[in-house]
Amino acid sequence: MESSEKPEVGLPLIGEKAPDFEAVTTQGTLKLSDFEGSWLVLFSHPADFTPVCTTEFIAFTKIYSELQKRNTELLGLSVDSVSSHIAWVRNVEEKMGVKIPFPIIADLNKEVSNKFGMIHPAQSKTETVRCVFIIDPESKIRTILYYPLTTGRNMDEILRIIDALQTTDKHKVATPANWNVGDPVVVPPPNSTEGAEERIKEGYDCKDWYLCFKKL
Amino acid sequence: MIDLPCVSSDGKPTKSGMATLSAVKNGALTAKAVSEQTGQPLFKVRSGLRELAKAGLVEQKDQTYRLTSKAEQLLA
Repeated sequence: MESSEKPEVGLPLIGEKAPDFEAVTTQGTLKLSDFEGSWLVLFSHPADFTPVCTTEFIAFTKIYSELQKRNTELLGLSVDSVSSHIAWVRNVEEKMGVKIPFPIIADLNKEVSNKFGMIHPAQSKTETVRCVFIIDPESKIRTILYYPLTTGRNMDEILRIIDALQTTDKHKVATPANWNVGDPVVVPPPNSTEGAEERIKEGYDCKDWYLCFKKL
Repeated sequence: MIDLPCVSSDGKPTKSGMATLSAVKNGALTAKAVSEQTGQPLFKVRSGLRELAKAGLVEQKDQTYRLTSKAEQLLA
């Protein structure tokens, strides 16, 4: 007889509260809510002992201290066992000289993968694609990135997004294309004709009423 | 069997578990205070305190923790 319980499959959207979970990891059983109060980069990789994933784990470790400066934790995930994760992490340290400092979820039953839409069956029915969820200290989803199995992620972009989100939260501004820390930011456009007339007199670097920059 | 961060498979606290228990004994009554006292990330402390509570070594009331008599004996 088939079980009537269907796995919870979904994709939490930007602005929504991230679904909580309790998962076995390389650093014990963790809940998403354990990370409340800090930013979190929750990311999935297809499988342990695979080449692109290994380069990514080394790259994530290289930005780990930069993430810590930004009050940001890392949490990896794949559909592998804790023993596999431990063996892989030990191998990376032994062969590549890199000690992986962050926990990795062993999502053998795909419970977390399904909650976060990490399995894309047309790519693979058994492996997670390369997802990145940037979650804020209130457990709200702030950014979602998806990469195919064959393309490794760009760590500079992940740091740039966190900088941009934290800048937006702190200064109530937006950040333009290719923005990096220190660049001018975008002043939110006015939403009335009166505001539009006032805006160009407010001392910002305005190209027109709806596109104004300022330095922080 | 893999040891968990704070409680090993035989039910005894690991090194980081002992550090957490000592911090609670020294007056760190919340997860945040334990994190500040031990230098462990807050998420690890929260997870560890949950394990220590399951092992009967700490008791939680609202957001604060205290040692059980079992833990007091271990630290004596």
